[in-house]
Amino acid sequence: MSTANAATARRAADIVAQEPAARKRRPIKSFYPTWFFLPAIVLYVVFFVIPSFSSFYFSLTRWSLFDAQFIGFENFVQFFRDPQLYTSFIHTLIYAALTSGSKVILGFFLALLLTSPILGRGYLRAVIFFPVLLSTIGVGIMFKSLLDPFHGMVNAVLGFFGLPQPGWFTDPNLALYTIAGVDIWKGVGIATLIFMAGIVAIPNEYFEAARIDGASSWKTIRLITIPLSKGATATVIILSLIGGLRSFDIIWATTGGGPGFTSDVLASVIYKQYQAGFYGLSTAGNVVLFLLVTVIMVPLSYFLNRKPVEL
Amino acid sequence: MTPKRTRVWIVGVVAIVVSFVVFLVPFAFVLLQAAKTPAEASNLAFSWPTDWQFFPNLLETLKSNDGVLWRAILNSSILTIVSVALMVVVSAMAGYVLARKKSKWGPLVNFFVLAGLIVPPAVVPTIWVLKGLKLFGTMPGMILIEATFGLSFCILLFRAFVGNIPRELDEAAVLDGAGPVRLFLRVVLPLLRPVVVTVIVVQSVFVFNDFAGPLYFLPGNHNVTVQLALYTFSGQNLSFYNLLFMAIFLITIPPLLAYIFFNRQIVAGMTSGAVKG
Repeated sequence: MSTANAATARRAADIVAQEPAARKRRPIKSFYPTWFFLPAIVLYVVFFVIPSFSSFYFSLTRWSLFDAQFIGFENFVQFFRDPQLYTSFIHTLIYAALTSGSKVILGFFLALLLTSPILGRGYLRAVIFFPVLLSTIGVGIMFKSLLDPFHGMVNAVLGFFGLPQPGWFTDPNLALYTIAGVDIWKGVGIATLIFMAGIVAIPNEYFEAARIDGASSWKTIRLITIPLSKGATATVIILSLIGGLRSFDIIWATTGGGPGFTSDVLASVIYKQYQAGFYGLSTAGNVVLFLLVTVIMVPLSYFLNRKPVEL
Repeated sequence: MTPKRTRVWIVGVVAIVVSFVVFLVPFAFVLLQAAKTPAEASNLAFSWPTDWQFFPNLLETLKSNDGVLWRAILNSSILTIVSVALMVVVSAMAGYVLARKKSKWGPLVNFFVLAGLIVPPAVVPTIWVLKGLKLFGTMPGMILIEATFGLSFCILLFRAFVGNIPRELDEAAVLDGAGPVRLFLRVVLPLLRPVVVTVIVVQSVFVFNDFAGPLYFLPGNHNVTVQLALYTFSGQNLSFYNLLFMAIFLITIPPLLAYIFFNRQIVAGMTSGAVKG
């Protein structure tokens, strides 16, 4: 009894003695509860991490969603042997390089134009950016009509001037490039916007110094604007490459990979194989896309971010 | 006029003319097609409608295929609103703690957040997971998927923004006796309002325009979203180009309104963390 009492008393004394000190010392860190991560982690793990990791296993199987039969690398062998499939790999590379490169160059010059004092700047900014927000399917249908080989407006104008009227989406040699063009039309606004933010952030002193030194405007662009908007360039390259490598909607809305397989990319092959019920093969395509994106993006973002960004 | 002013003027005029041809003519084409009679619209010509049928076409489009467009609009609205709301709550909580707490897990968390932006989702395995949870082809499943796919982008935005809120504010609130939850809800969250608006607007446009997501994870006529409805419509109604273009016009209205009213937030969201295909 007495020992218990003593113990209680001591504990009480401890609490009294420690309480204020403990309160003061209690690190503010504990006010950032770790369980705040919990919902994000659950969503992320269930719907992203588990599918991503299991895709490596399922890509090695013949799979019906209910049971998976392990067949080793057969899906990958088929993928790179079947010309209908591996050309999609090449097309993905061409498509991504083409759209990304064009968006960087066009976006940069549009941003230069739209940050200089020209007539109707606000209108131009709005109209160049707006397609970014449009439905890709809507844009696809619209261009399919505009570029229709027989009735389309573009060919009507070309015909009027006596120029050749190509089958934009129907010529096997042209379809992929036409789609890339539509993609650039729709996506150049975001590149322009990022470049504009980069250019505006360059301190004005540099341009003033250049002007006082009598630098020509091309020299100013080459020696000041381009090097100092490196951060924006890196962002645009990374963003547009990721978008280009994963591109699906615009292709599916315009040609569906056709004519034949001439505008098929990895993402459209993944969907076609899924539709056909070849789940293992589809997942193998997914793994190929994953590896392609990783192999390109990881060294590239390391390289682009290594040099200090002077913004 | 000085030579410089002349140049400003000439470059501006050239740019405006080019923008008319490249951007405004396609938009005008959609509107004109939407106002034509079926026979005229099937010519695909860039011409003024001889018989202006805008409102009859509007009603016809909404009625066609048993009013599938209405159902699509309803489904897309539910999907967009609920998934964006979920995304905001979940990523605000995570981004807040991520910005405040320096732990040894930091680099790992960063890695996963960036992976979420770069890695293409593995579609069939995701369907497998959804089937296992009995969520495949259901609206709740699609909502969770959209919320997950937008998570990385939102967490990055929130983390960057919380980093700019002085910690002294937290300390003051804690000294005044606020607990962790109250600190977040009453002190931090109100200060996050600008970035919350940005996230809502940008992600709403993304989810509303998402085509591949519902194509894979939300099959079935009952669950159709506007993008899928438009896609199906374009396959069926080749003799009704006027209605097809009316449908394109209709689903362009929500992004257009978002752009008109939230221009600043959209630009902020796209340029700050803007990482999405």
